[in-house]
Amino acid sequence: MRGIISAAGYVPYWRLDRAEIAAFHGGRGRGHRAVASYDEDSTTLAVEAARLALHAAPGVTPETLWFATSSPTYLEKTNAAVVHAALRLPTSTAAFDAGGAVRSGVGALRAALRSGEAATLVASADLRIGLANSPDESAGGDAGAAVLVGDDSSGPLIAELIGSASATREFLDRWRTPGDARTKQWEERFGENHYVELGLQAFAAAVADAGLEADQVHAVLVAGPHIRANGAFAKKLGRTPGVAIADAVGNTGAAEAALQLATFLELAEPGETVALVGLSDGADVLIFRTTDAIVDHRPLRPVNDQIQAGNGSLPYAKYLSWRGILPLNPPNRPEPARASASAAGRNADWKFGFVGSKDRSSGAVHLPPARVSFVGGAVDDMEPLPMSDAIGTVVTFTIDRLAYSPSPPVIFAVVDFDGGGRVPLEVCDTTPDQIAMGDRVEMTFRRLNSSDGIANYFWKARPVRGAATSTAAQEGSR
Amino acid sequence: MASHGIKDRVAIIGMGCTNFREHWDKGADDLLIEAAQDTYASAGIGPSDIDAYWFGTAQSAMSGVPLAAALKLENKPVTRVENFCATGSEALRQACYAVASGAYDTAMAIGVEKVKDSGYQGLNAFPIPNDGTNRTLTAAAMFSLVLPAYAEKYGVDPDELRRTVARIASKNHYNGARNPRAQFRREMDVDAICKMAAVAGKLSVMDCAGVADGSAAAIVCRAEDAHRYTDQPLYVKALSFVAGNGSGLLDPAYDYTTFRECQAAADDAYAQAGITDPRSQLAMAEVHDCFTPTELVLMEDLGFSKRGEGWQDVNAGVFDLGGELPINPDGGLKSFGHPVGASGLRMIFEAWLQLRGEAPEERRIQTADRGLALTHNLGGYPGEMVSFVGIWGNQLG
Repeated sequence: MRGIISAAGYVPYWRLDRAEIAAFHGGRGRGHRAVASYDEDSTTLAVEAARLALHAAPGVTPETLWFATSSPTYLEKTNAAVVHAALRLPTSTAAFDAGGAVRSGVGALRAALRSGEAATLVASADLRIGLANSPDESAGGDAGAAVLVGDDSSGPLIAELIGSASATREFLDRWRTPGDARTKQWEERFGENHYVELGLQAFAAAVADAGLEADQVHAVLVAGPHIRANGAFAKKLGRTPGVAIADAVGNTGAAEAALQLATFLELAEPGETVALVGLSDGADVLIFRTTDAIVDHRPLRPVNDQIQAGNGSLPYAKYLSWRGILPLNPPNRPEPARASASAAGRNADWKFGFVGSKDRSSGAVHLPPARVSFVGGAVDDMEPLPMSDAIGTVVTFTIDRLAYSPSPPVIFAVVDFDGGGRVPLEVCDTTPDQIAMGDRVEMTFRRLNSSDGIANYFWKARPVRGAATSTAAQEGSR
Repeated sequence: MASHGIKDRVAIIGMGCTNFREHWDKGADDLLIEAAQDTYASAGIGPSDIDAYWFGTAQSAMSGVPLAAALKLENKPVTRVENFCATGSEALRQACYAVASGAYDTAMAIGVEKVKDSGYQGLNAFPIPNDGTNRTLTAAAMFSLVLPAYAEKYGVDPDELRRTVARIASKNHYNGARNPRAQFRREMDVDAICKMAAVAGKLSVMDCAGVADGSAAAIVCRAEDAHRYTDQPLYVKALSFVAGNGSGLLDPAYDYTTFRECQAAADDAYAQAGITDPRSQLAMAEVHDCFTPTELVLMEDLGFSKRGEGWQDVNAGVFDLGGELPINPDGGLKSFGHPVGASGLRMIFEAWLQLRGEAPEERRIQTADRGLALTHNLGGYPGEMVSFVGIWGNQLG
């Protein structure tokens, strides 16, 4: 059988209260949208989701990584290679972008489910931007999701694929020119008609493929960028969507299908049949049945917990500045130089994987990795020490209001890790009044800055909220 | 292996120092010419009498050529020196060793920095290509890490400690107000400093060194030749230098209340000079007060205060101009300004003035009869720095 080994969603910490938008532009705003921080992009959102998905499936190594987004950081260069590096996947694992279209999210998932690989990791993420006061700004949301797909030979499947179908037709509903913040849309009713018709057609075919009657499908998840069409389709089917996170997160574009699926699976019981319907330039329906193994699928950071943990105090102007819609006057400091590709390449394990080294003779931990030990001076007697899942404590900290940052001030701490090792690091997803000595922090993959179009990725510390990304038991298995 | 030092083998016979200012109308070459001319005049000799030059600048020039070109030196060896903010001291250290070795009879160390041509406030190192993972914190923020760590370790109320370091700035402004070469010549009281907005941790701009252009220089010769040039030479008692290996950033045992490199450099210097109780034996010290917490920690690292008691000594006025051990009687980096390549030499210039009785009366120290001065110059950040300590005396033996 083929199906899902694990799935996870990542909802960034910050939230924009839609009432904040309404307060500026008029009208009414209900609920929140999830907001990627200034140091997050689609690649880092995908990394965070994929870390959680892999964490829930210890010992499984994907043969291929797919990364789907409609908001890629790079064209030409493969963004999935960055995700691959941050996850410390083996060189033999291939990494591909499924980029550009919103449909690539559900498309990559479908492709993985139909492949013959023992395990395939499908990450998807999006930042939904739009101009100020646009429907995408208020209804959109930023998130990542990851699904580890495979055979039951790779590990217990929490849900099996039991049927699928697609429908494709050319019609112009939404479009965006590369580089633009704004997505344009034809008259809404035009796309809606197509989506409802194609959705019903694909749904019927998938149900038949699964050998079921429509009423044997317990839950229907509808994911697509045309929000009105999603509702119209569900209504026509006589269903209430099985996952409702739009009010708290927003519509997350290429990540939406996998995010809804991950959210559903977190609460699912064995033997439930769920249809995931993607409505984006056509219709894709994937029908799963949960297995007994679903009871053991207890993700470290359930999506609903992440939704609860969000910080809704983000001012609208700050949101606009983070997305570049409202460019702020930069501090009068030199901007950072671009990261050197050759230096980054030599130090890729550190920069992308947060792998330090440990001196075999003294046990001293070196962050970054070193060849000569600072304790005892042993030369080239180090073993690699992956630290991205380590938990640490803030020893001392400062707030730097002078340093260059895309969103000043810089919050900076000296962090001592449990089990050894110290590193001075930026702290993210917090505010200057929240941080204190003794705070517990964990590592998160971020984009520090960009220069000459080069995204400078590295790790930061963030406060531990809820369960930490690592437990001792799981640490040894990765 | 040992650090033997060159006590009493080399003497300073002339010094010069420009005003430290925002010299919008002067380039590095103008400043170099001015400092060199003053220094030649101070020693009563000319360019042809100097056998070799050590030219300190952090980033206003590369190679020895800019100095040779500015001074139009004829076939002279010029070594450009860079060692972070301790560049000026390092230039003189090398010149002293060259003379002590017998390779040259006379040598000049000259430092300069033209910081105000960058277009940005503060000091900004030019970037060396790297993998992008280096922290990009300002120096102010790195040194601000000291305050919470110190308050926690010694149980000092953080607000009281904040006032203590403000007192350091206030003291240095008091001294600088009495120094016509200093960049900032206005006294600042503690309350006014504490009211300033924080820019890094609890530090405000009034806790940071002034940023100025300037140049300073010294001429050295063998000690036995010194009286050919001056009746009041300054003898080298100790020169020590430590380049930290960065382990403070890696080592969980490091607690940000001390600068290990500075303590190690001081220990070496005291051994070279035969000093056992610096607080009572030294007439004065110039220390690297790049930020106010730095000066606080240095009082302990240099052995002037016991561990955990530096803040009380500061509050008690021990280090004031009229105190038990005057620190930074010229105003320090805080008030005098910090042209990186020149600062180490500027510190020694104050020792030169004070130990020769040439400091203006309004800032003359009362302890000059002790005859020994210490200068301390660091560069880098807590956990990862270079440190110089020099000891200078107006008598042999």
